[in-house]
Amino acid sequence: MSALKGDQRSIARIISEVEYFNPSSSEILLELMKMSGYSHVIGITGAPGSGKSTLIARLIDEFRSKDLKVAVIAVDPSSPFSHGALMGNRIRMQKHATDPKVFIRSLATRGYRGGISAATLALVEVFDGLGYDKILIETIGVGQTDIDIMHAAHTIVVLVNPGTGDEIQALKAGIMEIGDIYVISKADKPEAEDAFKQVLFGIEGGILGQESDWKPTVLKVSAMMGQGIKELADKIDEHLEYAKKSNRFYQQIKSRRLQTLKSSLSWFIENKLEDSLKSNADLNNIIEQVKSGQESPYNAVLKIVKKLF
Amino acid sequence: MSLFNEDALNEIKKRLKAWEEETIKNDLIKYPERLPEFKNISGILLKRFYTPADIENYDYFEKLGFPGEYPFTRGIHATMYRGRIWTMRMFSGYGSPEYTNERLKFLLKHGETGLSLAFDFPTLLGLDADDPLSHGEVGVVGVSVSSLKDMEVIFDGIPMDQVTTNMTINPPAPILLSFYIVTAEKQGVKPDQIGGTTQNDNLKEFFAQKSYVFPPEAGLKISLDVIEYSAKYLPKWNPISISGYHIREAGGTALQELAFTIADGIEYVRVGIERGMDVDVFAPRLSFFFAAGTDLFEEVAKFRAARRMWAKIMKERFNAKKPRSMWMRFHTQTSGVTLTAQQPENNIIRVAIQALAAVLGGTQSLHTNSFDEAWALPSEKAVKIALRTQQVLAYESGSADVVDPLAGSYYVEWLTDKMEEEAWKIIDRIEKIGGMVEAIKRGIPQREINDSAYKFQKDVEEKRRIIVGVNAFVEEEKLEIPLLRFNQEEVEKHQIERLRKVKETRNKASVEWSLRELKSAAQRNENVIPYIIKAVRVYATLGEIMGTLKEVYGEWVETPLF
Amino acid sequence: MGRNASLLSTQTELAPKRRIKVLVAKLGLDGHDRGAKVVARALKDAGMEVVYTGIRQTPEQVVNAAIQEDVDAIGISILSGAHMALIPRVMQMLKEKGIDDILVTVGGTIPTDDIVKLKSIGVAEVFIPGTPLSEIIEFIKNNVKRKQ
Repeated sequence: MSALKGDQRSIARIISEVEYFNPSSSEILLELMKMSGYSHVIGITGAPGSGKSTLIARLIDEFRSKDLKVAVIAVDPSSPFSHGALMGNRIRMQKHATDPKVFIRSLATRGYRGGISAATLALVEVFDGLGYDKILIETIGVGQTDIDIMHAAHTIVVLVNPGTGDEIQALKAGIMEIGDIYVISKADKPEAEDAFKQVLFGIEGGILGQESDWKPTVLKVSAMMGQGIKELADKIDEHLEYAKKSNRFYQQIKSRRLQTLKSSLSWFIENKLEDSLKSNADLNNIIEQVKSGQESPYNAVLKIVKKLF
Repeated sequence: MSLFNEDALNEIKKRLKAWEEETIKNDLIKYPERLPEFKNISGILLKRFYTPADIENYDYFEKLGFPGEYPFTRGIHATMYRGRIWTMRMFSGYGSPEYTNERLKFLLKHGETGLSLAFDFPTLLGLDADDPLSHGEVGVVGVSVSSLKDMEVIFDGIPMDQVTTNMTINPPAPILLSFYIVTAEKQGVKPDQIGGTTQNDNLKEFFAQKSYVFPPEAGLKISLDVIEYSAKYLPKWNPISISGYHIREAGGTALQELAFTIADGIEYVRVGIERGMDVDVFAPRLSFFFAAGTDLFEEVAKFRAARRMWAKIMKERFNAKKPRSMWMRFHTQTSGVTLTAQQPENNIIRVAIQALAAVLGGTQSLHTNSFDEAWALPSEKAVKIALRTQQVLAYESGSADVVDPLAGSYYVEWLTDKMEEEAWKIIDRIEKIGGMVEAIKRGIPQREINDSAYKFQKDVEEKRRIIVGVNAFVEEEKLEIPLLRFNQEEVEKHQIERLRKVKETRNKASVEWSLRELKSAAQRNENVIPYIIKAVRVYATLGEIMGTLKEVYGEWVETPLF
Repeated sequence: MGRNASLLSTQTELAPKRRIKVLVAKLGLDGHDRGAKVVARALKDAGMEVVYTGIRQTPEQVVNAAIQEDVDAIGISILSGAHMALIPRVMQMLKEKGIDDILVTVGGTIPTDDIVKLKSIGVAEVFIPGTPLSEIIEFIKNNVKRKQ
């Protein structure tokens, strides 16, 4: 397989097969899964506009200085209206586009929930199987998809944009409260100090972080000037050491595969249901009854499920 | 104090009501209007016609005054073009410094009164001709300048104490200015004798022209360095040309151009005062740069509103005392994006109308585009037609003979007020979040300009807006306009070769020393210009000096906004 | 669909509809991104997935991004006048890498004789200023080489 030798075109084609669940991708994926289980998967999350792409571009610098192979999966939302997507995350990473040991791929959410996490996590298997040392996932920063994806990462880096008011409140929303490493951006600004203290307070008080032996850290960086990036990369590696020692590393691989399955399944069911509701005449009748108030929605559910399964 | 007496106003309103109920109703049945509503490009809804009732509370002295007096709506000079015709300043320069030297001499011979240098993209971004990124770009859209040597060639045989030069340059402005100062010095011309303008408006780069290099704060700092240095040593130099032109080119409306440009201006003045500069020392040298589109009235209203707003801001907000500090002096360029590739000769007409708008709006200097510019750099013939357009306006049209001739038109005064009112709304919004640097970082102007560009394109596609020759009156045509061609590869080679020679013959140790000094000055947050001048004297190159500054300030990468 | 009907008979049923994927790139040093952004937005509104790589891109960056993203089409926007120095390099690199199924289109102020030259080296179409967005969208839809 020329993809194994690093041929970018072959890798890109495999990814397309996998992201679109093409029939041929099943076998490829299984082959690659046999070789996977080594890559360090790092999830980078944070509110939209918090500077995730800039931070990733800087982290690539760091990893490349150690000659590590790096893959990036950058998720961008699709339009709920046209189903098209406009993906600009690469802009900040383009200086790495010509590096043969860096592979960046943009992925549109395509309006289906489980699908995007399934595709993202399947792509992690691909890059893992192809021998990438670091796999960085940039998510959109909100929603269940993020949570599904981040739960499958080894290391969760949460980016905090200072000056947004009550940082802790902002973080107490889903994925952001279970970060392993918190990064305060714009270290050169006075607001950064406040945000730093707040997050530290959150960690000390047990409001932020997961229940584990790893105590989350908080760091200040200026991605623009490259300050604090080396420290962040070191911290990420320290977390990797911890993950390996504590067995979390392997648990997460299992959990990611389980999540790929669950996400694919839920996406499939969601879609199938959607299709059937539109096309099946029996189901349509039930729906019409609910609409006209002749049938209770709860009872209708039972009827529909019976018909479908 | 209203201009109109109450009885007359009441009578107008009464008869207007009757007109609306009778005359127009019948007429509309027979002659329905072309469009359900008429809006100008700024999105302002236009009435059928205007009467004194639309400007009923008009206080003449508050809104207009006399020419040369506050609030300068009618013009910054008392006599305007009766005293002196605007400066016809044609933007030029391409290829090698030798070509450009020839072109400048050609234009001087044909009666141009001020020079204006266009630089190529590598120069605009502070890259040397031999930088890998410069390949294919050297000399293409303007002249290539990588070191003092190139500037010396451009001005060979042109007395720098007798011409004024506009340099369209932004992040590397301090460096190009230093090249200019040192070249003049070598001609025996002292810094206090040189006149001209550096565009040096780094803020608009982030949302309009996109030739940014440093992040916004550093960009602002560099702009202020030039302003501060000029205030001390270059009394005849306009250190900045706060530019709305590129906002239009990027797709912004006339209203956005007006609002964002003034918001940028506020930011520069505020930071200048924060630096400890006396507003009446530096404000008189600030200048502006606008576009002129084809909607004559919208443009005239924009120019008049801009002048009035700036005067108010300087007087009331920044407590300027000198009238000159309140003057909005501006250069105008006819709008490049309105030029069509289709039926290019039509552009001659567009340019003439746009130039008329600039003159009726009271511009201080004017560049008229050449009709072939939607295709390539202008040919000599096309440039000459563009220049002649200005001369016809100046000497035949009569529009230079009376000051502010459109004043008092109910429509023009109403629209001037309306543009001002709407612009204040945008400016207030920006001021509320802390000014233009913050707005740029949040992507506000970027997003709003992109939206306008998209909306305009949609309007054209769906024929809500007609562009002659593009979506109406289209012809099958074979385009044969004689285009200016020159051997780019040769120019690139020539420039790289000269740079190599410069690097070979200069004193390496003094270059390195001067760059180290520059770096530590930048780190100490000092004004970098004196250090750049020292580096330029020993032939440090543009790329080397920019590289040194990038090490300190970092580089900006845009946020993906659409 | 009854109790015994299979919910999923082939994997194809699982696959989402493939959308046309386009790389929109600003080649060269000019910052005039108005056209590129308007086109990118129009392509998105037409249901395509657009990767935008920003201004000041080199031929190498454009080609590599197109490969990594596995796009169906590349839309190059260039207004710097350096098109004859940069676009042939893009076509050359694609050729060297054996890529013949990516549609390459160019937008910008390109003189007629240069359009002829660009087409002779494999550029599918050149859109000059004033081209309707609908024309660009239709051209891409009708000419991408991979089945959607």
